[in-house]
Amino acid sequence: MNPHQLVFWILSVIAIGGALGVILSRNPVASVLFLIVTFFAVSGHYILLNAQFLAIVNIIVYAGAIMVLFLYVIMLMNLNGDVEPQKSKLLQFAGIISGGILFLVLLAAFKTTQLSTTPINASTSIGLISELGQVLFTRFVFPFEISSILFLSAMVGAVVIGKKD
Amino acid sequence: MPIQYYIFLSLALFSIGVMGTMMRRNAIIIFMCIELMLNAVNLLMVAFSNYWENSNAQIFVFFIMVVAAAEVAVGLAIITLVYRKVNSVDINILNRLKN
Repeated sequence: MNPHQLVFWILSVIAIGGALGVILSRNPVASVLFLIVTFFAVSGHYILLNAQFLAIVNIIVYAGAIMVLFLYVIMLMNLNGDVEPQKSKLLQFAGIISGGILFLVLLAAFKTTQLSTTPINASTSIGLISELGQVLFTRFVFPFEISSILFLSAMVGAVVIGKKD
Repeated sequence: MPIQYYIFLSLALFSIGVMGTMMRRNAIIIFMCIELMLNAVNLLMVAFSNYWENSNAQIFVFFIMVVAAAEVAVGLAIITLVYRKVNSVDINILNRLKN
């Protein structure tokens, strides 16, 4: 087992463990912290795939901005006790079963795909910021500008909804 | 690593997100499970972008992150508003939203 595979397995275990922690922990603050762990593991996967720009953006945007927003809202609502009402055991069981069945069906569907089993190239340069910037500002420059309008409207919407009436 | 491992990993993350969405009653946790599903899809897209040596998928991941950030800002504002009105973020209470 070469170091690349070893890092892949370690990061996968951390990611899945963090994801399970998100849905199983009773305390919402602990859920947020587990989700941050998962995001860091996914960023590690991006680095393994040599998508360095997305790895950094994932850490800055998700772990930095979005999760801090979640944490602020949870602390603002004072939800950090374990007073949260739970669904009945039957409904929880049904959720686990249906999610597991979804996983099995997708697994069975993807198991027979005819993709090559050669290891993916970890030294490609398409994930570097210079390459992505070239594509983003030539081919995708219109969606890029549209997304700025989306951000502006989301900001205005959040302020209008969240303002005290 | 072959691409199959990345497919299975992101399937597992996606299914865990689906399970969490169906299991929990706290609206904020459900939001976080949706973020988890988005991240699973992002991971799969980056893996396939590497597999096909094509950078378009990474641009799509970038746009998914943009949309997710906007969605979280508006969604958390709505949850805060609901919390101020009914003093709870339990989704079973939100079904009386009509009257």
